Amino acid sequence: MKYVDEFRDGTVARGLAAAIARDADPAREYHLMEFCGGHTHAISRYGLKDLLPANVQMVHGPGCPVCVLPIGRIDNAIEIASRPGVILCTYADTMRVPASKGLSLLKAKARGADIRMVYSSADAVRIARENPGREVVFFAIGFETTTPPTAVAIRAAKAEGLANFSVFCNHVLTPAAITHILESAEVRDYGTVPIDGFIGPAHVSTVIGSQPYEYFAEEYARPVVIAGFEPLDVMQAIRMLVRQLNDGRAEVENEFARAVTRDGNAKAKALVAEVFELRRSFEWRGLGEVPYSALAIKPAYRDFDAEARFGIAYRSVADNKACECGAILRGVKKPTDCKVFGTVCTPENPIGSCMVSSEGACAAHYTYGRFKDVAIVPASA
Amino acid sequence: MSGVRTGYVRPVDFKHGCVDLTHGGGGRAMAQLIEELFQRAFDNEWLRRRNDQAAFDLPAGRLVMSTDSHVVSPLFFPGGDIGCLSVHGTINDVAMAGARPLYLAAGFILEEGYPLAELKRIVESMAAASKEAGVPIVTGDTKVVEKGKGDGVFITTTGVGVVPAGVEISGDRARPGDRILVSGTMGDHGVAIMSLRENLSFETTIRSDTAALHGLVAAMVEAVPGIRCLRDPTRGGLATTLNELASQSGVGMVISEAGIPVRPEVDAACEFLGLDPLYVANEGKLVAICAPADAERLLTAMRAHPLGRDAALIGEAIADPHRFVQMDTRFGGRRVVDWLTGEQLPRIC
Amino acid sequence: MCLAIPARVVELLDGDDAVVDLAGVRKRISLALVDGVVLGDHVIVHVGYALARLDPDEAQRTLDAFAEAGMLAEAAATPSP
Repeated sequence: MKYVDEFRDGTVARGLAAAIARDADPAREYHLMEFCGGHTHAISRYGLKDLLPANVQMVHGPGCPVCVLPIGRIDNAIEIASRPGVILCTYADTMRVPASKGLSLLKAKARGADIRMVYSSADAVRIARENPGREVVFFAIGFETTTPPTAVAIRAAKAEGLANFSVFCNHVLTPAAITHILESAEVRDYGTVPIDGFIGPAHVSTVIGSQPYEYFAEEYARPVVIAGFEPLDVMQAIRMLVRQLNDGRAEVENEFARAVTRDGNAKAKALVAEVFELRRSFEWRGLGEVPYSALAIKPAYRDFDAEARFGIAYRSVADNKACECGAILRGVKKPTDCKVFGTVCTPENPIGSCMVSSEGACAAHYTYGRFKDVAIVPASA
Repeated sequence: MSGVRTGYVRPVDFKHGCVDLTHGGGGRAMAQLIEELFQRAFDNEWLRRRNDQAAFDLPAGRLVMSTDSHVVSPLFFPGGDIGCLSVHGTINDVAMAGARPLYLAAGFILEEGYPLAELKRIVESMAAASKEAGVPIVTGDTKVVEKGKGDGVFITTTGVGVVPAGVEISGDRARPGDRILVSGTMGDHGVAIMSLRENLSFETTIRSDTAALHGLVAAMVEAVPGIRCLRDPTRGGLATTLNELASQSGVGMVISEAGIPVRPEVDAACEFLGLDPLYVANEGKLVAICAPADAERLLTAMRAHPLGRDAALIGEAIADPHRFVQMDTRFGGRRVVDWLTGEQLPRIC
Repeated sequence: MCLAIPARVVELLDGDDAVVDLAGVRKRISLALVDGVVLGDHVIVHVGYALARLDPDEAQRTLDAFAEAGMLAEAAATPSP
């Protein structure tokens, strides 16, 4: 696969690993947060930790839109899907997220709700077109990468006059989340979670560009390197961050130059601005209420807003007391710090969202890395 | 089941007819369907006797029996259909004990309204698969369920075979140091199926690898009678099968990602959907575990057979009380290849 | 987040649609979010939409940077005669 395989080359990886080891100053530690769930997944799947020196530590951030979706919003989605005649279209990622009363979209489907997994928002529009007698609701999730496709779908539905199509909008914003982490008590005041620099998300940045991160670099004096999706991209970005920190720089650098520009995708941004507006506040699972961090559908497109159409009221639901997803999403704790990790909470039976999505820190660690935890146990055990 | 005089009865309408409840009712309509469709297609000495059972002698050795229900959707896919799949699947399960499959039984659950033209295609495909494999379908059953209570056609096949004395193949026999081999490319069947799913459709030349493996197994057992384990990695893919074998045998495993044969198209399809080829189903491949000294000879025997051309040595069993299956990635790191969680779903994130 | 793959545009269709190819697997996607895409271009595809054109020159520059980093590290590690 062109533009994929070359960026996964193991030989080159060893060269980059040596370069990072050479550049890392043994007298200090480097705590780098990768914000994007795709990067978390890449780090786990390719075992990148094995290739980094011990003083370069990765902290997993909340860049997994499924992980940060609050239970209450899944409850709303199940509520919508349970209305007679509704077809709920969703990306497959949401199907197993545990909601209230032991339910999930998958379980609701088993009980008879018409819930269909789609690959694209365009599929949801098509289903609406093909089922004029049914209400078709598209469960929209995702960061800035996934928002433009929803905007296109809404505009297409409006142009076609599809009166039976609406969107349950849960799009969230990256810069707001990063700010929130940097503002969190642990980081700002106590410094207990030192974050020295960020690996910026790959595909979000193709849309928003590298410009929005300049604020963080300046205001919080932390370097940001936007990294491509492949493991070599991540390693190179780590190296660039290490070098910036050594030099005392706090700039925005773009490792993913083959797809990201400073301004991003103007057309996509314009379409999003036409259809969506900022919510004053939105609850993120594990982070609480975050101001100006999510999008709602504008009044001009209110006809396609499922929350308006179905009169959806949001009820916040607290996480299971034993669940440490909140702390894990903020980078304060590791999966192995959670009492229920790997015992009660497993990918088969997830208690919190970090375990549901394969990008969640807990799922990634459980699936790819837990064998290393066990190896620490002495042989006599 | 009584014989039906055909002279005065209108033949079954295979062009435009559909399954209806009378076809499962036990009466004339059912007898006619059985005779004109199943008996005609499968035709052999047992079916011609028209009993509710088949009687036969068995050659010397231990009896092996296996059963499988087939609920695949869609019913027709590139490279095969539920019919030949049901024949291959059970032949393979019997063969994985090192046994020679001898006879099959087939039970059908048909949904009211299912087109007879398609049912005929399925049955003829089964007949062809059965004849090609040399394993006759000697007895069967037909039931019909109301519309909405089935997925068109469900097929259950049961097979019997005989394993010669001295051949002891079982999932719990792997030992540390044993070598792990696969007979060919991984993930073909699952990708072929997925390419037809309504909201995921993509174009690909990938075809299901569905095939009867008993000939390959016979050649393997002849070359290496002491094979420890054989299993076909169907649902859940290679990863699930390796975890099963590791668990049964009480060993760990280390495999090499670079050594696992995967077609570039299968890799690409999995990239599109966010899936891992290691967890994608196969229907014409097997995993073999043998003693280290036998690996070379076994690999040669596999590659000499048409269904084992792409066979590869992918790893070895190790001592590990936790029974992890670990993989050395192409990238140079090592990670765990865990059990599949539920059904593998595509992802956008 | 946001699984996306780089695929080559092999056919332009009605409206904003196109067919892309990744190692022989073809999929119909939308170009509604990117202007000026021509046959042969590579695009980043996410949930059935192209989000950006991939710049082949930048891709090569990035690969060169990886190689250079590796060589520098090697040179530093190799003891001087």
